[in-house]
Amino acid sequence: MELALIIEKFILVVVIFAVSLGVAAYSTLAERKIAAFLQGRVGPHRAGPGGMFQPLADGGKMFFKEEIIPAESNPFLFIMGPSLALLTACIGSAVIPWGQSMQFGDRVVELQVTDINVGILYIFGVVSLGVYGIMIGGWASNNKFSLMGAIRAASQNISYEIAMGLSLIALLMVSGTLSLKDIVEQQHGFWNNGWFTWNVFTQPLGFLLFIVCSFAECNRTPFDLPESENELVAGYHTEYSGFKLGAFLFAEYVNMFVSSAVMATLYWGGYNYPGMDYVFELLGPTWAPIVGIAVLFAKIFFFIFFFMWIRWTIPRFRYDQLMNLGWKVLIPLAIANIILTGIWITIKDNLL
Amino acid sequence: METQTSAINYLPIVFQMLVALGFVVLTMVLTHIIGPKRKSKEKLSPFESGIEVVGNARQPFSIKYFLVAILFVLFDIEVIFMYPWAVNFREMSLEGFDGLIEMLVFMGTLLLGFIYIIKKKALDWE
Amino acid sequence: MNLFYFVAFLSIFFSLLVIFSKNPVYSVLFLIVTFFTFSVHYILLNAQFLAIVNFIVYMGAIMVLFLFVLMLLNLNKDTEPMKSSLLKIAGVVSGLCLLLTLVGAVKSLNVSEPLILKDPGIGLVKNLGKVLFNEFLLPFEVSSILLFSAMVGSVLLAKKDPKKI
Repeated sequence: MELALIIEKFILVVVIFAVSLGVAAYSTLAERKIAAFLQGRVGPHRAGPGGMFQPLADGGKMFFKEEIIPAESNPFLFIMGPSLALLTACIGSAVIPWGQSMQFGDRVVELQVTDINVGILYIFGVVSLGVYGIMIGGWASNNKFSLMGAIRAASQNISYEIAMGLSLIALLMVSGTLSLKDIVEQQHGFWNNGWFTWNVFTQPLGFLLFIVCSFAECNRTPFDLPESENELVAGYHTEYSGFKLGAFLFAEYVNMFVSSAVMATLYWGGYNYPGMDYVFELLGPTWAPIVGIAVLFAKIFFFIFFFMWIRWTIPRFRYDQLMNLGWKVLIPLAIANIILTGIWITIKDNLL
Repeated sequence: METQTSAINYLPIVFQMLVALGFVVLTMVLTHIIGPKRKSKEKLSPFESGIEVVGNARQPFSIKYFLVAILFVLFDIEVIFMYPWAVNFREMSLEGFDGLIEMLVFMGTLLLGFIYIIKKKALDWE
Repeated sequence: MNLFYFVAFLSIFFSLLVIFSKNPVYSVLFLIVTFFTFSVHYILLNAQFLAIVNFIVYMGAIMVLFLFVLMLLNLNKDTEPMKSSLLKIAGVVSGLCLLLTLVGAVKSLNVSEPLILKDPGIGLVKNLGKVLFNEFLLPFEVSSILLFSAMVGSVLLAKKDPKKI
């Protein structure tokens, strides 16, 4: 890898990192605004026009707050918990393709940090690491509420991870590759050979399973049992304060951004949109990818909105309902989806 | 069409990990330095809704969570085994139903296990 | 090649930390880092699927199980069992026996020609799947029985209700 490429990748990494942090920060404002709208309130509106500077104020407050490390906790693990949660949330976005390759003069820039052969599995692996931050943080606090929250979170995450992996398999049977770039390229445009190219139209059940699982993986309502305030005070982050609390909450919003991006990429065509070839001819290889990026971000913002919409619409599950849904509904459905997809593809390839 | 990547393609992931690690370490150290520190014994005791703390949280918990973790490991291995099959499925399906049947045999045994788990009520929470 | 030695050094360093840390939760954390360096080794060998399987199964699944077990145990200082000196002597003796066996095995080993892979892309998912579902189909199917028996065993161990039967 020559030096110019390394610098290019490094800049891309920093830009994507900054964008994901920015989106996560403004998701907090969006969440409060949407909650206010759904409940007939105004929401934050004092800091700047329409509450525009509220995330900055919140962030600043988090930085200057006193950090409390409980006397009976294990200090090293207590700090490791939120650090791991934030770290694992931030490395997931490395394999997501953000746009078509862009052309600056002679230089073609890939708008993806890296295109590896096992892209989906990388994301799957990073998701499975996400459980450590919560578990270690909750255990190190040495608080019964934290411990219960941590164990609930861990059990929930690992249960839904299986259904998530199974729902992805049906998608892979259709696409035949694990590289996210290839999967997006297969969904080029919108309509081809008399059927939609986007995977959501060939795998509707798979998408439904995937979105339910990603809600559970992000610990969002209706799956926010680990932090259910009427049972467990604040769950695994009961003892946390200042930036360490902020890191846990921030990690949740970064996870939401990344999983929205993954859903948009895998099922909703990523940066593809109807009539993209026409736009490409019109604007050329330098400017047309920007439209693609805008389309991808529109999809991502829709999914983030959807996360929040659900939060204020559906009440929380009971723990046995949650486990039953994960093991006895989602896993059999995912297996049925795999078998149906297999039969359908085989019949289509052989008889039609 | 098929991308053939090599080890060098993983270098940017290392970059991303380094950037994320740098950010986390920086903010953790920074907030540790600039925050105020006024400690008292009550403040540093575990919060249990204002009631006197009884014992600590280093206590054993229900074995059900443990069972879920074991079953998760087993099913995770199953899922991993299915990835190489799913990626090759398009090519196998061109030659008839063999590819599907190979997997159904594998999945059948596991489904048997799954039914056993459900029948034994191992995953019921009462 | 230098990269290999660096990563190998890290693997050994972190695995030593696993052994020498007093707190078992630290050991688990260091074991996760050790497995991560193993993943890097696999990637350097271009065995990408194996690398990511190591990442998901060992780092993401088995270590979670280890953490669960640690949390299930009573990790208070006062309940820690005192290790008797007899156990320590037994440990030293058995460790030395293992060392002796390993040294003997290494001594009788003759250096073979460095293996050159016929196909450097064998570690990629697609090629691995082709091999797995043609040449090694029977072991693959048999492995499902292994997983099945593990499932039954774990349920039998963890689920004991005397009310029934």
